[in-house]
Amino acid sequence: MNDISLKDALKVVGTRPVRPDGVDKVMGRAQFGGDAVMPGMIFGSTVRSPHAHARIIKIDTSAAEAMKGVRAVVTAADLPNITSEEAFVGEGPMNFRDLSCNLMARDKVLYDGHVVAAVAATSTSIARAAAEAIKVEYEVLPHVINEMEAMQPGAPVLHDDIFTSGVDPKPTTPSNVVKRMEFAKGDLEAGFAAADKIVERTYTTAPVHQAYIEPHACVAAFNPDGQCQVICSSQGHFMVRAYCAKLLGIDISEIRVTPAEIGGGFGGKTLVYLEPLALALSRKAGRPVRMVMTREEVFRGSGPTSGGTINVKVGAKMDGTITAAHAEVILQAGAYPGSPIGPALMTCWAMYDIENASAVGFDVVSNRPKVAAYRAPGAPISTYATESAVDELSRAIGMDPIELRLKNAAKDGTKALYGPTFQNIGYVETLEAAKNHPNLQAKLGPNQGRGVAAGFWFNIGGESSASLAVNEDGTIALVSGSPDIGGSRASMAMMAAEVLGVNVERVRPIIGDTASVGFTFVTGGSRVTFATGTAVCDASDDIVKQLRGRAAKLWEIDVEAVEWRDGSAYPAGDNAGKFEPLSLADIAVKSGRTGGPIAAKATVNAQGAGPGWGVHVVDVEVDKETGHVKILRYTAAQDVGRAIHPSYVEGQVQGGAVQGIGWALNEEYIYDKDGRLDNGGFLDYRVPVASDLPKIDVALVEVPNPRHPFGAKGVGEVPIVPPMAAIANAIFDATGVRMTSLPMSPPKVRAALDAAGK
Amino acid sequence: MYSPTYAAPTTVDEAVGLLANASGAARVLSGGTDLIIQMRSGRLRPEVIVDIKKIAGTIGIREEADGWHIGAATPGAEIGEHAGLCAAWPGVTEAVQLIGSTQVQGRASFAGNLCNASPAGDSVPGLVAAGALAVIVGKNGKRTVPVEDVPVSPGRTSLAADEFVYEFIIPKASGKTSDAYLRFIPRTEMDIAVVGCGITVTLDASGTCTAAKVCLGAVAPTILVLDDAAKILIGNKLDDATLAKLDAAAQAACKPIDDKRGTIEFRTKVAGVLARRVAAIAFERAAAR
Repeated sequence: MNDISLKDALKVVGTRPVRPDGVDKVMGRAQFGGDAVMPGMIFGSTVRSPHAHARIIKIDTSAAEAMKGVRAVVTAADLPNITSEEAFVGEGPMNFRDLSCNLMARDKVLYDGHVVAAVAATSTSIARAAAEAIKVEYEVLPHVINEMEAMQPGAPVLHDDIFTSGVDPKPTTPSNVVKRMEFAKGDLEAGFAAADKIVERTYTTAPVHQAYIEPHACVAAFNPDGQCQVICSSQGHFMVRAYCAKLLGIDISEIRVTPAEIGGGFGGKTLVYLEPLALALSRKAGRPVRMVMTREEVFRGSGPTSGGTINVKVGAKMDGTITAAHAEVILQAGAYPGSPIGPALMTCWAMYDIENASAVGFDVVSNRPKVAAYRAPGAPISTYATESAVDELSRAIGMDPIELRLKNAAKDGTKALYGPTFQNIGYVETLEAAKNHPNLQAKLGPNQGRGVAAGFWFNIGGESSASLAVNEDGTIALVSGSPDIGGSRASMAMMAAEVLGVNVERVRPIIGDTASVGFTFVTGGSRVTFATGTAVCDASDDIVKQLRGRAAKLWEIDVEAVEWRDGSAYPAGDNAGKFEPLSLADIAVKSGRTGGPIAAKATVNAQGAGPGWGVHVVDVEVDKETGHVKILRYTAAQDVGRAIHPSYVEGQVQGGAVQGIGWALNEEYIYDKDGRLDNGGFLDYRVPVASDLPKIDVALVEVPNPRHPFGAKGVGEVPIVPPMAAIANAIFDATGVRMTSLPMSPPKVRAALDAAGK
Repeated sequence: MYSPTYAAPTTVDEAVGLLANASGAARVLSGGTDLIIQMRSGRLRPEVIVDIKKIAGTIGIREEADGWHIGAATPGAEIGEHAGLCAAWPGVTEAVQLIGSTQVQGRASFAGNLCNASPAGDSVPGLVAAGALAVIVGKNGKRTVPVEDVPVSPGRTSLAADEFVYEFIIPKASGKTSDAYLRFIPRTEMDIAVVGCGITVTLDASGTCTAAKVCLGAVAPTILVLDDAAKILIGNKLDDATLAKLDAAAQAACKPIDDKRGTIEFRTKVAGVLARRVAAIAFERAAAR
């Protein structure tokens, strides 16, 4: 194990080499999910519900099946009827039955865009025409979109088997409220009684989509012997394999999934939408089937994250001590149970050491697409509310917002509201880095304001596999099981190169298919550099041990007398004997004579992921006449443990901040009165464009995580947590108006300014 | 299965013949930045597509005695690079360059933007304010109409089935005349106007407005020509009182809808804001002539 405090001794980690997958991507040669080809392949399309809530009376596929070129039509009748079973295959909890029904509606459709049938044909246009020829008869039911309305007695009930859990007594009538959760410590009442100032407010957020550029896409073949091949872009090909096996009722060994390059996931590709359908179509058609969603299908049918309603009450003494904090969070789950309510509650006060605190939450279904993970699932929603309220509190007691956070900051030894005691955390250092950033010296002009907010994310470890092989010329083949969605191939190669003492260009990293490398959990939870990185380092350590053994054999000395330094074997000291050093290449070329090929594999279930802490400071200018908010300056400080490849770590932080800016200012799902999505495309679902943004300045803080060989902590999720509150706080600073509803779009900002007489 | 016919005639007569004799719905293709998108989404399924870009005169800009002649399908990028036209009509030329993105600019045209007949078309208010004429060809020959007479309702134009826009004529800007166009969008580019406003003014030596034309987009089923607002400007200089009256007149003229892009209240207020801002730019440019 390396001494993680010795950053200066590192030769590869911390440098910025060109990414191994870079040239293919800039040349347009990278093969994404929709690029994959199988011989004889045909093309799939889906039929989707135009209703928010309806009973399926009848599906008539005869006209479609009679069309020339149509090879297969499938409905729920072609899929096994799955019984209720909780699974942890993707990033969040998922019930197999719900996932099956989400892929292909059974009995009822629960949202606009819910798939009711799929068709495969010899061309995409025939498939689409056939999809239109499938006649579905519906009995339209009353629907409910808003989470607060869905909670009301008398609201249309989506599932007759949901009885709110976590309440006493257990309800006897079904409702849309799946569960109630609570975390609490101390005495809230006494805490508020001790406060000099209390802020109490309600906030709302809109569902937002992960908005990856690459739509869901796959090619799948179900061969006559029962063996299945899937090529797709996902955040976990082992996850795809597990879901396909379960939903189609086949053995895992029958399915081989090959990962394609992935054009963004952000959590939204930690579950399946198309692959089991493509396999079911292929089984019927006897041909491989390619399915690619349109952008509209991505918006209507794949998971956004929740919108929600959050009530916050927080109090402090005039000296800045926060005496009590309470949050009630109501999250949309979409059509099936499972909003990120747990993490929303666990993260929202995690930045603070507060004696008396509580967080209560409700998971609520309504007639929307089932939510999927999105970067730090749940945390941005609840933290927008709590960090807005803390900003208001800092103004109420006249204290600088960073000073207030420093005074109450979580430190090593702080016991979090959700249970654990923090160790090796760098939150105070992150606050200091934000406070000392030169951007905070910039003078603000008229209608300009500055806002601060912080955020927390757990990060996870988990199961990963990696293998290394020393090639005959001393170069290295590195295989891991983690799809690369953020530059992880580069960081894997760098960590291996650091351990082996070779140039990073000597290491060629790839992602193995499900038959070529051990099980690896999804790329999610900001876990890959930590967990898969640990597996890579373990395998690299094993290689070093073997290399020392081979040198010992060549020199005919004891392996303990051989040390590995800068990519070569050296005698450990004068007593070991006098030998010229042997490089990795020297040993590799002789490996046949010293025991055969040199290779190693490692599997881990990594524990002890270091949490991520982010502090964002944003300067905005508000056009008071139009309500348009311009981001002038953006500073993101973050504890990253150790930046393996600083450019890609900065890229993660910048990307998270930018997605947060979109969430804050313009992104939202808009439904019409019939419960149909009205903005299912990039024209009216407004992600930020380049000209909307300044450079996102990143301050990397490195408080190493002792549980990782180089001290790395997860970095990809926490940067989307602070932006919404930071921007809301900056808008208040610029205008004196508190925006309590996302997105803070121009019509809403102008209306709020008008209402306040500003 | 749907399979439209594509034709790229080289003469006006041939194109008119194709349009007149089409058995089903026919559509004229210029840059296609609306048409292709609408076909791909399934909203439009024309039986016949008549590409006019191979007809002489449909692409290009030339200065003649009666004004600037701009071929119907001339792409925005070409318009934006024409120094003479950009100097003469900065508002008109800036407006067309707001459509879409750099890539879209390689194709997007005045005629497509006008005949798509969306009230939010960015290039239309500027053309109208500048007094531009559309030269329309059809089986009965050629006719010339003010640009504002082309759209009649969202998605519909006054053109007959056999007609298409061949070119535009923008008068030469004489004396202290200039124009401006601004639109409001939630982002900074790649978006559709929530409100658009084009204004052309002519000033005398003292800076007093002697002629004006004010046009609003995206606040009614078609673009609006605001005669009342023009009258407020004429006879006045750019002072606070005049701007306040202009703001009120613009707001009064609005007949917007509530939709995903903006509320009635928001569109109305922003129409007033933009009218003031656009007038200020147009006055400044005209005064500098």
